[in-house]
Amino acid sequence: MRVLAAMSGGVDSAVAAARMAEAGHDVTGVHLALSRNPQSYRSGARGCCTLEDSRDARRAADMIGIPFYVWDLAERFHADVVEDFVAEYAAGRTPNPCLRCNEKIKFSAVMDRALALGFDAVATGHYARIVDGGLHRAVDPAKDQSYVLGVLTAEQLAHALFPLGDTVKDEVRAEAARRGLSVAAKPDSHDICFVADGNTPGFLRDLLGDAPGDIVDASGTKLGEHDGTFGFTVGQRKGLRIGTPAADGKPRFVLDISPVDRTVTVGPREELAVGSLSASAPRWCGPAPDGEIACGAQLRAHGAEVRAAARLDGDTLRVTFDEPVGAVAPGQAVVLYDGTRVIGSATIDAVDRVTQPV
Amino acid sequence: MTTGAAPARVYLDHAATTPMLPAAIEAMTRHLGRTGNASSLHAAGRVARRTVEESRESIGATLNARPSEVVFTSGGTEADNLAVKGLWWSRRRRRVLISRIEHHAVLDPVVWLMEHEGAEVEWLPVDELGRVQVEGVREAIERDPDSVAFVSLMLANNEVGTLQPVAEVAALAQAHGIPVHTDAVQAIGQVPVDFDALGVDAMTVSGHKLGGPYGIGALLVRRETDLVPLLHGGGQERDIRSGTLDTPATAGFAVAVEHAVAAQPAEAERLTVLRDALVDGVLEVVPSARLSGDPVRRLPGNAHLSFHGCEGDSLLLLLDARGIDCSTGSACNAGVAEPSHVLLAMGYDDERARGSLRFTLGHTTTRAEVDTVVAQIGPVVERAMNAGLQNVRKVS
Repeated sequence: MRVLAAMSGGVDSAVAAARMAEAGHDVTGVHLALSRNPQSYRSGARGCCTLEDSRDARRAADMIGIPFYVWDLAERFHADVVEDFVAEYAAGRTPNPCLRCNEKIKFSAVMDRALALGFDAVATGHYARIVDGGLHRAVDPAKDQSYVLGVLTAEQLAHALFPLGDTVKDEVRAEAARRGLSVAAKPDSHDICFVADGNTPGFLRDLLGDAPGDIVDASGTKLGEHDGTFGFTVGQRKGLRIGTPAADGKPRFVLDISPVDRTVTVGPREELAVGSLSASAPRWCGPAPDGEIACGAQLRAHGAEVRAAARLDGDTLRVTFDEPVGAVAPGQAVVLYDGTRVIGSATIDAVDRVTQPV
Repeated sequence: MTTGAAPARVYLDHAATTPMLPAAIEAMTRHLGRTGNASSLHAAGRVARRTVEESRESIGATLNARPSEVVFTSGGTEADNLAVKGLWWSRRRRRVLISRIEHHAVLDPVVWLMEHEGAEVEWLPVDELGRVQVEGVREAIERDPDSVAFVSLMLANNEVGTLQPVAEVAALAQAHGIPVHTDAVQAIGQVPVDFDALGVDAMTVSGHKLGGPYGIGALLVRRETDLVPLLHGGGQERDIRSGTLDTPATAGFAVAVEHAVAAQPAEAERLTVLRDALVDGVLEVVPSARLSGDPVRRLPGNAHLSFHGCEGDSLLLLLDARGIDCSTGSACNAGVAEPSHVLLAMGYDDERARGSLRFTLGHTTTRAEVDTVVAQIGPVVERAMNAGLQNVRKVS
């Protein structure tokens, strides 16, 4: 098989490429340049779009003995991922840019180009498995990335390879060291690769400008002020900077974000509880569900899976939880599971709160 | 073409670097084991100095410059920087006249002078064949000759291969006492180059582009031309360029210049035939392809082609996988592809600029290599066309 290995410069994608080459495939390494001006993005070892990361990817390809190129996806990435990220926050939602990048860049723009150029598949260092054409959780639960891949369609999965899905991270690092890959001890990437210093509110403020408003409780009483609703996520507790403590002394959480009137509503943890949600733009990893199905649901990256019933109502996915769940942020994806298999995903639009008895 | 034995790789990127000539390897390796700082006064130093001076004399004689006019540098980039900044600081006049198609080693120091030293850059007009218009240069000079610090115009463009009217421009400038620099890196060994006859004040030469070693070049500087040095230190090279000389490299460099220039007339003829076969062959298979640059007044070894609807990156990857080494432009742009500043200056739109490939032929090029490209280019272009233009037309 002719395989294009997307190489970020990290240890995972390097080992994934090495495994593909060792299995006898004709492998070509490609590093995706996602920033026009790499210095403006994260420096150091935590991201995946710096000049240093590009160099690390090149050196890994040298060691594996495969051709290596840099593909410039900066314009596409900016239009499809960064602008979407900013627009979603501006609309009071909490986007997941990694998921959007997988959907629009890695398994769309890159995969389309690879297939057109005569490659048979795109391999990445994601922790997930493909079994009989279906997307499944990785064996390492701590590293499982099936959530951010839940946007892939069966057609995209048919040309995707995840060589690390059956390996735990520690073994991947050990294997990288054994293979003489210099990235073996490189720290994992966290945070968002295009936010240079990890300060998302600062990044958004630079782009969106200050938009000060009030922090209020459910009754509308003003409790404090903020610099912009984009600094908040539903369920957030830290950084509210509320002067007056709650009457009951309990911590308060963000319940609702309204960019139109620049209001952030806070309240006690109980009021976060959600009984059901509706979500749009569903994407199915296999056949779409027929009628109501009982399934697992995951509501954020690395979040716990909860039991739910889901049904498709036109283009709207409606998910009702067996037990109320905590903070659910609109803009995040709800990913549905059948055992370890991903059924599909949709973007959360609205939630129905249930106030539990205290 | 039917394939016989598996062919070796095809190397058609001589403008990036050309294989070292065996005679240059021999000359250089002969000196690698010898000790001696050419600035030392003792016997070992004298032996090294003799090698350096003989190399200098040889290069001067070959390119028609006096030995003292040959200033060794670490390569073409340093020589260009030395010319640009050295002339700027010695002249202290506000205007700099250069073309938009200069190599980055000229372009970037000039832009740096603009941003940090208040230089006013005047861009000499270029036509759609990549040729600087002499009338435009005349107009720019005569508007206010006293304010011009220097003019820099390359002898032959590294991307599209177009030859430039350097002698005419030098004559215009000289009438007003304005110094002229030319980057001759791509020209030597391909077209006749005579430093004195060109009438320029400074000329850049590079070792590895003409069959010599990497890491050495020279700036030929007229004796009466003042240059402010960039590197201060031991005062080597007329105090213009301090630093211990790389004796073995000067020896290899000199031999390469001698050979390249001696072989030039026959090589130019041979390469022109091969280059035309390559261009004609590709155009026959891909009729929508276009040759860039001046079809006649160009480097014999340069075939720069643009392929409508293709990304140069895709073409390069596909040819590379088929054993063919070529370039999308100058190697300095490789890595992250930017549309070439040269092609944009020639009036190409972004799309045509991105769909370009440069094949450059040199002393090792054979007819079989050209035939291989012609045999492979059809399916490669078809594939690349399918992959489309990622960043130009957004496929949503």
